[in-house]
Amino acid sequence: MGQIAIKVNHLGKKYAIGSSINAYRTLRETISERFSIRKQQPQTSEVFPEYIWALKDVSFEVKKGEVLGIIGRNGAGKSTLLKVLSHVTEPTEGLVEIHGRVGSLLEVGTGFHPELTGRENIYLNGAILGMKKNDIENKFDGIVSFAEIEKFIDTPVKRYSSGMYLRLAFAVAAHLEPEILVVDEVLAVGDAEFQRKCLGKMSDVAKQGRTVLFVSHNMSAILRLTEETLVIDKGNLLLRAPTAEAVDYYLSRGLTQEGQHIWQPDEINQKSHFTPVAIRILDRNGYILETVRSTENFSIEIEYILQKPIKGLRVGIYLITSHGEFVFTSFDTDDTEKFETHAIRKAGLYHSRVNIPANILNGGRYILGINASSYRIKTYFHDERALAFNVDHSGAPGTQWPESRLGPIRPALEWEIKKIKNVDK
Amino acid sequence: MVSREPSKNFLIMDKKEKDRKLIIKPSYGWAALNLRDLWLYRELIFFMTWRDLKVRYKQTLLGASWAILQPFLTMVVFSIFFGNLAKVPSDGVPYPIFSYTALIPWTLFSKALQDASRSLVANSHMITKIYFPRMILPLSSVMAGVVDFLIAFIVLLGMMVFYNIFPTVNVWVLPIFLLLALVTAVGIGLWLSALNVLFRDINYVLPFLTQFWMYLTPIAYPSSMVPSKWQAIYALNPMTGVVEGFRWALLGTGQPPGIMTLISSIVAVVLLVSGMFYFRRMERLFADMV
Repeated sequence: MGQIAIKVNHLGKKYAIGSSINAYRTLRETISERFSIRKQQPQTSEVFPEYIWALKDVSFEVKKGEVLGIIGRNGAGKSTLLKVLSHVTEPTEGLVEIHGRVGSLLEVGTGFHPELTGRENIYLNGAILGMKKNDIENKFDGIVSFAEIEKFIDTPVKRYSSGMYLRLAFAVAAHLEPEILVVDEVLAVGDAEFQRKCLGKMSDVAKQGRTVLFVSHNMSAILRLTEETLVIDKGNLLLRAPTAEAVDYYLSRGLTQEGQHIWQPDEINQKSHFTPVAIRILDRNGYILETVRSTENFSIEIEYILQKPIKGLRVGIYLITSHGEFVFTSFDTDDTEKFETHAIRKAGLYHSRVNIPANILNGGRYILGINASSYRIKTYFHDERALAFNVDHSGAPGTQWPESRLGPIRPALEWEIKKIKNVDK
Repeated sequence: MVSREPSKNFLIMDKKEKDRKLIIKPSYGWAALNLRDLWLYRELIFFMTWRDLKVRYKQTLLGASWAILQPFLTMVVFSIFFGNLAKVPSDGVPYPIFSYTALIPWTLFSKALQDASRSLVANSHMITKIYFPRMILPLSSVMAGVVDFLIAFIVLLGMMVFYNIFPTVNVWVLPIFLLLALVTAVGIGLWLSALNVLFRDINYVLPFLTQFWMYLTPIAYPSSMVPSKWQAIYALNPMTGVVEGFRWALLGTGQPPGIMTLISSIVAVVLLVSGMFYFRRMERLFADMV
């Protein structure tokens, strides 16, 4: 204890946007690029690809046995950091020192082959993750029983249900037993039971005194599992703090523009046909406000521009508690009639507005997420932390008792109290 | 008791790898080969080879008989057009066995070349998610071809019985020539697989490359047809040495290994070593570029 497991020093990772988006170059391009650099030296801006720093000047230390959470928006650089730490990609600058074997789980089931059976994939995947054949043999039964696939062990995994597939993949990685376990968002997939199992296994790993780095969007998982958490945004390490503090900072940072979030150009993918403009909370009279009363209805308005007509578009919200738990999801074309009348939305500036009835939400802080997508075709925009707002529960049912009520909702319900008969003593 | 087991394992491993320290930092220029890492992951080479073999013939009607059919059918075509119609000489042995003896190392080589050059791109999902010595991918693609080679070799033995040809006493050198073919295939495979990550043109170049290479190798014709003043240049192709060696050891035709084999071997080793260094140099880009 007290020994350093990971030391990260002024780490930076630069990506060339041009070549990473175009995925690969052809010989001709390289040759002509070389040629044009020589020919027209001064106009370098045309020739050189544009760069983006996915990580910039990140420094931190992790002690042996520490469980560290990493949170940040999509594209903040979390995954890049884990990729550098798991030795998958090289940093552009800086230095990382790692003491002990790293087991990384950047994606569940990497290296699984659909044609091979469960048994074969356990061996193959184990070897890919760096296990020796003897290790795998010793742990084989544990892996199979953790994954609950005893009956299907000799079936090709392409016939597995997605749940079985995930359980098996996680089981192999979880039995790897490295000194440092790096986990990226495994909980984004799988059902509640699977997530519960994964979290349990990971806290076991942590209890055995091993170092765990854990990236997740699931704030309650982060809160449950980690002691300290890093907040990363736009490649920079913003904060390292005890997890509760870090989660609070992350959830409220830069969000509260008095009940409205207006998207800046750098937050948006310019190429998407869907451009979000703003999301805001409106009271009954149409005023933007940050704190709503739970006894009054209010509305949520999303303003956006469609650059081109989109077929089957649905624009909607996620309502999330400050612990990161989802309360509900709702889309503007949930109603089948609306879905048909808006089958194709033409280009233009739009509002999608939804009324949230009174007496539904409990008091507290909530986060609004936004999603614009065509089901199973494309997600045009997704942001799970678009706006934060408060609900004040004064006057709500039950406030005669000044206690806090559990649960995110506080509906006004009709109770019936009836005496059925007298009880003789 | 069962629940105690993991921590016990952990302690053992901790002792063994206690002092293991890894430094990750930007690297520039040529990199060390880091063969130690490759050795640590040697089991993965075996598993990947085994995976390639298992998967290759799944959902095929004829399964592993393709390993025989490919060189065999080529031999039939060659025998009809080169042997019968064009009357290409075959050093005094029946043309079918003359060409088949050359075709089995050639098929091993061309298949290895094809699979190895695509290995990195085909396994890009692994490269971007997990660390392992990347060289394992082209290496195991080449190794998977050896099993096909052995199957095809059994057919050769059958043909030798059919034509009443007995292997010469020199048959023991055969593994050396097999090794020469593998060294060449790995060398070229490393070059092409690394290049393929950066330039997908390799996919288009490859069929032509193998075709030209086949005509530059004495498969359909004996190397004695090449004028003697060109022989030294001709031997720069390591596969010439391999094919000549196979024929000499099995059929007793052609010249015993000599200066030409030496040239072939040197070229093969140069290809391998340069390929390994080039691969290691480009390796750092793979995860970002593939």
